[in-house]
Amino acid sequence: MTARRTFATTSRVLAQLRHDHRTIGIILVLPCVIFGLIAWMFSGTESQVVDTMGPLLIAIFPAVIMFLITSVVTLRERTSGTLERLMSLPISKADFLVGYALAFALAAAVQAVVLLAFAMGVCGMRIEGPVALMGLVSVLDAVLGSTLGLAASALARTEFQAVQLMPVFLIPQILVCGLLMPRAAMPLVLEWISRALPFTYAAQAMEKLQVGASTWSVASDIAVICAFIAGTLTAGIVTLRRRTA
Amino acid sequence: MAEAAAIRIRGLRVVRKKVLVIPGLDVDVAAGAITGLLGPSGCGKSTLMRAIVGVQIVESGSVEVLGLPAGSADLRHRVGYMTQEPSVYSDLTVRENLAHFARIYGVDQGNVDRAIDRVDLGSKADTVVSDLSGGQHSRVSLAASLVGEPDLLVLDEPTVGLDPVLRRDLWALFRSLASSGTTLLVSSHVMEEAVHCDRLLLMRDGHMLADGVRDDLLAATGAADIEAAFLALVEQEDGR
Repeated sequence: MTARRTFATTSRVLAQLRHDHRTIGIILVLPCVIFGLIAWMFSGTESQVVDTMGPLLIAIFPAVIMFLITSVVTLRERTSGTLERLMSLPISKADFLVGYALAFALAAAVQAVVLLAFAMGVCGMRIEGPVALMGLVSVLDAVLGSTLGLAASALARTEFQAVQLMPVFLIPQILVCGLLMPRAAMPLVLEWISRALPFTYAAQAMEKLQVGASTWSVASDIAVICAFIAGTLTAGIVTLRRRTA
Repeated sequence: MAEAAAIRIRGLRVVRKKVLVIPGLDVDVAAGAITGLLGPSGCGKSTLMRAIVGVQIVESGSVEVLGLPAGSADLRHRVGYMTQEPSVYSDLTVRENLAHFARIYGVDQGNVDRAIDRVDLGSKADTVVSDLSGGQHSRVSLAASLVGEPDLLVLDEPTVGLDPVLRRDLWALFRSLASSGTTLLVSSHVMEEAVHCDRLLLMRDGHMLADGVRDDLLAATGAADIEAAFLALVEQEDGR
């Protein structure tokens, strides 16, 4: 693995994004639109939904979008033959996948800044903890979404299937991560399951940051997310094959 | 030099997508020459090429390329591969595509301009590939395999669908590469392409019908052209 080849992939993926204005629009605008819709929906009520649920949504939306984009984009590499060409070239599998993850991390960072600014500036979301840390959790969760997408694309044969893997990989996580109901109130088995799923830790970190917890108290959640990123990336590298049947 | 083998294949057996495509193949490809791999579509040309560049799972047998086992890490700098479907990024410009492959090879961007010139796409360098014609698209794919200036070029149907002028220019390019020492293995299902090749491999159903120089094949079969020679060999084989 070399920095030059990793960045070759990163800059190529970013160049592809640059050419694709609609995808840029989806990455940057769509989360704000959905967030705004939820804020508007509860605007006439007494509830604090924007404050309590908002941070969780900021962790989850980017991950979902990045999962979809990554799984389809890498599947396109498999079906168009570009992956076959790359596998005959002096580039390591890690260069390829880490290069992808870096490109989407950068896109996710821009997305997190825009979404946080919109949520706090326009929708009036109030948080007690450091906003930069909330941005970091959002970016890490988005990177996790894209590494999951990379792994998922190995299971799909067509873009059609890749899109359908999104509910398989993500919806269970979204259901049990604490967004819909507090994890403490769930049946014990579901609570256990939620502990094995990475979104739970992103949601947990966001909840803590929302009520003003210290940086130190979310360190373990961030470490768990990073471990999941490393794990899914490694799985992606191991399952990517230079030789295919 | 021409006698040395750039590719040496012994007992190659390949099952691709659950079909036995190559049951057992022995063949050598001469260094510094243009070898034409000719045969009908579906006869195993692409599978053989995939085995040579090291992206095909091989059931048994050995494939040695430039003295190393096919697919060795040290070969990846030295082998250029053009897949049958144009395998470049259709959402990038010609130059962005080639710059990406140049960065992977670690060659300087001067190679990019040279490769663009070689396939005569100078006027389209900053056009997004999806806006090009089919023939131009496949030339971008060819340029991507030239950008690393490899010792061995494995080209899967590089001239298919091109107009006669372009086809002539590409064969002239292949000739100039071969005279500067590059080994070329070029596949085609169009038998007339044989006239441009130094040596021919006529392939059918995963095995070689014939291997040699065009004139020798014509003399041996008494045929007027390679298409007729191919048919004669097929009849001879089926008659046995």
